[in-house]
Amino acid sequence: QQPAQFTNPETPGYVGFANLPNQVHRKSVKKGFEFTLMVVGESGLGKSTLINSLFLTDLYPERIIPGAADKIERTVQIEASTVEIEERGVKLRLTVVDTPGYGDAINCRDCFKTIIAYIDEQFERYLHDESGLNRRHIIDNRVHCCFYFISPFGHGLKPLDVEFMKAIHNKVNIVPVIAKADTLSLKERERLKKRILDEIEEHGIKIYHLPDAESDEDEDFKEQTRLLKASIPFCVVGSNQLIEAKGKKVRGRLYPWGVVEVENPEHNDFLKLRTMLITHMQDLQEVTQDLHYENFRSERLKRGGRWKIEDEEVNKDQILLEKEAEVR
Amino acid sequence: AGPVENKNEAAMSELVPESRQKPVVPMKPLGINASLLGYIGIDTIIEQMRKKTMKTGFDFNIMVVGQSGLGKSTLVNTLFKSQVSRKSSGWNREEKIPKTVEIKAIGHVIEEGGVKMKLTVIDTPGFGDQINNENCWEPIEKYINEQYEKFLKEEVNIARKKRIPDTRVHCCLYFISPTGHSLRPLDLEFMKHLSKVVNIIPVIAKADTMTLEEKTEFKQRVRKELEVNGIEFYPQKEFDEDLEDKTENDKIRQESMPFAVVGSDKEYQVNGKRVLGRKTPWGIIEVENLTHCEFALLRDFVIRTHLQDLKEVTHNIHYETYRAKRLNDNGGLPPMTVETEENNESNL
Repeated sequence: QQPAQFTNPETPGYVGFANLPNQVHRKSVKKGFEFTLMVVGESGLGKSTLINSLFLTDLYPERIIPGAADKIERTVQIEASTVEIEERGVKLRLTVVDTPGYGDAINCRDCFKTIIAYIDEQFERYLHDESGLNRRHIIDNRVHCCFYFISPFGHGLKPLDVEFMKAIHNKVNIVPVIAKADTLSLKERERLKKRILDEIEEHGIKIYHLPDAESDEDEDFKEQTRLLKASIPFCVVGSNQLIEAKGKKVRGRLYPWGVVEVENPEHNDFLKLRTMLITHMQDLQEVTQDLHYENFRSERLKRGGRWKIEDEEVNKDQILLEKEAEVR
Repeated sequence: AGPVENKNEAAMSELVPESRQKPVVPMKPLGINASLLGYIGIDTIIEQMRKKTMKTGFDFNIMVVGQSGLGKSTLVNTLFKSQVSRKSSGWNREEKIPKTVEIKAIGHVIEEGGVKMKLTVIDTPGFGDQINNENCWEPIEKYINEQYEKFLKEEVNIARKKRIPDTRVHCCLYFISPTGHSLRPLDLEFMKHLSKVVNIIPVIAKADTMTLEEKTEFKQRVRKELEVNGIEFYPQKEFDEDLEDKTENDKIRQESMPFAVVGSDKEYQVNGKRVLGRKTPWGIIEVENLTHCEFALLRDFVIRTHLQDLKEVTHNIHYETYRAKRLNDNGGLPPMTVETEENNESNL
C-alpha cells in the first residue's frame, strides 16, 4: 500500500474521505455506546461476581441472598441495572439484566417464560419505536448478548440448559460461560468444554460465533481470534478481592493450597472472555440487529394484528395513516 | 452379667458390641471394688464379641444422593479407599442422565485388619437432574421402605435365618451443591421427607470451590436453614444416649457439620509423601489435610467412630418405627400372611 498518498493532503489525488472512519469514531465517542447484557443461570454459579469482575464495579451493593424456603414460592424475576462506565473519554451505558430465580425451583418447567417474554418485549418496543413518527431518540434496550452460565459441577449440559438455549438461540446471542472454574483441574476443564460443545452440536443449539479475522488484519489479531474461538465455552473465575501473590497485589481467590489469579491466562479464561466481549461488542450489536431482530420483525409483521406494549396499543393501520400525513 | 434383652440378642449376631471404643484388653479391676471378691473375667466378653464379629464380618449399606456431577462416586471411593462406586463398576460417565431416578446398588466385600465388611453403595442417578424434579425423592423413599419390609418379612418368619441379611440403608449421604448461597428448595424437600426414615448426613460437595471464609459462612447458613425447617440430620438430638454422647455430638452438630469435603482417587507427591489429592495450576489440594477440607472428619465420623451407631439407630429407631406402623396398619395381625402377594411386586 501507499499510505503516504492518503495521509498527505498535498498529494494529488487525495480526496479526503479516508478520514471518514475517524469522523465516525469521533461521533460515536461523543454519542457513547449502549449495550445490554443478560445473565442467566442457576443461583450460586458466580454470575454476580463475574459481572462485577468484568466491569470492575459493584453492581449489587445491597444484595440479600434468599434462603431455600423463600425460593420455593418465588418465580423468575427480571432485574435490570444500568451503569455508565467511562474509559479514556469513551462512554459505555451498560445494562445488565439479571434473572434471579432461574433454575431454583423444584419444577422449572415454566422458568424461561418470563425471560423469553422480556426479550420479545424489548424487540416489540424497538419495532414500535422504529415505526413511529419521531425516531430521533430511539432507545435500544434489546438484549445484545446473553451469558448463559453452565454449572462446573456437572458432567455437561443439564436438560434445563438444553431446553432454555434452544428456546432463545433464535432471539439472542448466546455465549456459554463456565464460572467458578477453579473447581476444575485443567484436564477436567478440557473434558467438560469438549462435552458441552458436543452436546451443543448434538442438540442443534446455535451459540454466538465469533467472526473470523479479516484477511487484512495483522497476524497478532488473527492469532488472538483463533485462540478465542478455540476456548469457547470460557472457563472463568471472578473476584474483585486483592490478594498478595508473588510480591504483588492481584485480583484473586485465596485458598490454603494457593492463590487463583483472575487475570492469569494460565489459571482461567477470564481475560479471554473480557477481550471477546470488548472487541466484539460492536459485532454482537450488529448480529442482534441484522439477525435476531430482523427475524422477530418479519415474524411479527407476518402475524400482523395489534401491538401491545404494556398499556399502549397501536393499530397498524393508524400508523400508516400517520405516516401518510407526515409525508404530505 | 444379667440377662440380655431379646432385641439386642437378635441384632448382636451381626453387630459389633455396643462400645464404640477400641477393643479393651481384659484388665484386672482395682482392689477397691467391694462387690467382687476377685477377678472373674466378665470383661472378657468384649474380646469374645470382637473375635466373633471378625469371623462373621458385618454389613454396611450407604446411600448417596445428589445432583449428577457433585462427586458422589469419587467420594465413596475415597472413603473406603477402594473402587466401590458405580463409577468404578463399568459405568461410563459419558452416559446420559436417566429420565427418572434410578436406584443402583453395588456390593463389595472389603477387608481390613482381619475384619470383613460387606459394603453396599446405593447410588441414585437422575435425582434432581430433570427440569421437573417434583417428588423425585419418592423412588428413594420407596426403596428404603422396601428394605425395611424385606427385613420385617424375615424377622416374622417361623423358621428364621440365623443371620438376617441386612439390606437396610444405614446411612444416606446427601450432597449439597457448593453454591455459597443457601440450600436449594429441592434439598429442603428431600431432607424433610427422608430424615424421618433414614439417617441423613448432609455433606457439602466439591468444597474446593470455596475459600475458608466462604465455607464457614455457608456452613453456618445451611445449619441455620436446616434448624429453621425442623430437619433432624444424623446424629439426631433425640437419640443421644447419655451426656457423653450429647457433648460429643453437640460439637459435631453445631460446628463440624455439614462436612465440606473434597474427594479424589488420584495420588500425588507432596513433601515427599504420596497423598490423595487434586492437582491445579495453583497448588495441590490434599484430601486428607484438615486445613484443606473436612474429608478426614467425615471419614472418621462415618467409619471410625459412628459406624456402629449408624446401624443401631437404623435398627432400633427407623426400622422399629416402620415395623410398628406396619403392624398397626394390619390391626395387629402378623404382616406375613397379608404381605406375600403384595411384596412380590415391590421386590427390586
